[in-house]
Amino acid sequence: MSGTADGGRPVESGSARLEDVPLASVPAVARPFRLQFEQAQDAWVLLYPEGMVKLNGPGGAILSHCDGQADVVSIIASLQETFGRDDLADDVRGFLAVALGNGWITLA
Amino acid sequence: MTRPTAAQGEADRQLGPLGERLDAASPGKPNARPGPPLWLLAELTYRCPLHCAFCFNPVDFATVDQELSTESWLRVLREARALGSVQVGFSGGEPMLRDDLETLVAEAHRLGYYTNLLTSGVGLTAERAEALQRAGLDHVQLSFQDSTREANDFLSHTRTFELKRRVAGLIKQHDWPMVLNCVIHRLNIDYIDKIIDMALELGAEYIELANTQFYSWAEVNRDRLMPTRAQVERAERVAADYRERYRGRIRIIFVVPDYHGARPKKCMNGWGQVFLTVTPDGTALPCHTARMLPGADFPHVDAMSVADIWYASEGFDRYRGTAWMKGACVDCPEQSRDLGGCRCQAYMLTGDPAATDPVCDKSPERRLIDAVVARAEAADAHSLAARPLVFRDPKASLALAAEPDGSFTPAAKPSARTPESSSS
Repeated sequence: MSGTADGGRPVESGSARLEDVPLASVPAVARPFRLQFEQAQDAWVLLYPEGMVKLNGPGGAILSHCDGQADVVSIIASLQETFGRDDLADDVRGFLAVALGNGWITLA
Repeated sequence: MTRPTAAQGEADRQLGPLGERLDAASPGKPNARPGPPLWLLAELTYRCPLHCAFCFNPVDFATVDQELSTESWLRVLREARALGSVQVGFSGGEPMLRDDLETLVAEAHRLGYYTNLLTSGVGLTAERAEALQRAGLDHVQLSFQDSTREANDFLSHTRTFELKRRVAGLIKQHDWPMVLNCVIHRLNIDYIDKIIDMALELGAEYIELANTQFYSWAEVNRDRLMPTRAQVERAERVAADYRERYRGRIRIIFVVPDYHGARPKKCMNGWGQVFLTVTPDGTALPCHTARMLPGADFPHVDAMSVADIWYASEGFDRYRGTAWMKGACVDCPEQSRDLGGCRCQAYMLTGDPAATDPVCDKSPERRLIDAVVARAEAADAHSLAARPLVFRDPKASLALAAEPDGSFTPAAKPSARTPESSSS
């Protein structure tokens, strides 16, 4: 997928590919990023030295599942259940590939 | 489920570290309620062991001896966090000189801030590093600001380098991400390859090559610190080359200096939009240097809540949105992109804080910028040597504060000042 920043500024996603995120891999938020929900913004944000990435609802939902325990298959299953959909696999992996490309997550 | 996206924060630290998009706050509409003050800069003290000729503390800092109490700082942290502040920077002066730093970091951490320490490294001992880690400090930005006295042998300033190496070791040992910050100017810009090499050697994750912004002490020393266009262009090429070669290992941030651009920057990401500075004496400002501007005093954190300061004070509303604009900015199709640029720069150069930032080539006053750049081009070693740098220290501060045209309280027409009068 082409991750596009809401302001039209491209997220570094040029090289993001689904196959970069194997279904059996286990994603975790990478150092130095910290994921937290911000009430004032009603959004999940990634905090890093002197900066912040604000995630939209689905982006935040996906990253909040990246706890270093769940693998990609179970994250997809969990999100599909939450959103009542059965076709989210590519969107989830696509976003994780962008997140990986930006250094927000690591895969184990 | 819509497509997941992320608004990527832009690492534009010089102008407003959070690259948060502001559409939700619609800065173009005068009455729109702004978002929260995402960035809180806590300037804990003006005291500093260094004497940088480009310091952005006010030139008359030595006339301010009051420092906010620990209790007041704790209250500011709580009030700002309740509004939605997420990043706090502990800065100065040298913040290590406050012995309550660990207390403040611990409370900020408990409140859920991402905590940043902006330090020269002086005073960051193994013991205090240990205590700061226990307090929950997230990140250390280590500056190389004390190198200008030795500009000509920048990297052979052994004492400095040994200190930085030791502190960089402590940062690594405590597993903090490390941002190195080096203020770039005419006297060191030709060595940025060596500066990046040093950052790589020290294991920094980010190197911020912060081109000098000409306020405060840097404005006093402007003619001496202003790089030539050729220097800037070469430095840009070097930075781009290193960025390519070391992608994934280090992030290199190099922002082209204002004076060499054609359009102003969206200063602080917009007045009163994301950035809140609290000065050592407790004055709340929309940017580090806004106190220089004419008009009513900015609010004090002991006299007004942070919520009222942000949402209900005249000072923070003064240049929000676009309604205050005049001249070239009115009806400019780019007005919401740069919000007219920097108010302090407009004031320092034109005498009018609501004027179009003269950096903009649509400004009728652009010639003021061009004249400064032209002087930089024409300067030779002889003319530079004739005008020594004014280093930041209390004595120089008191002397400059006593001058009727000192930088901190510019005369009504600061552009009328001759360059000699501000740097002699």
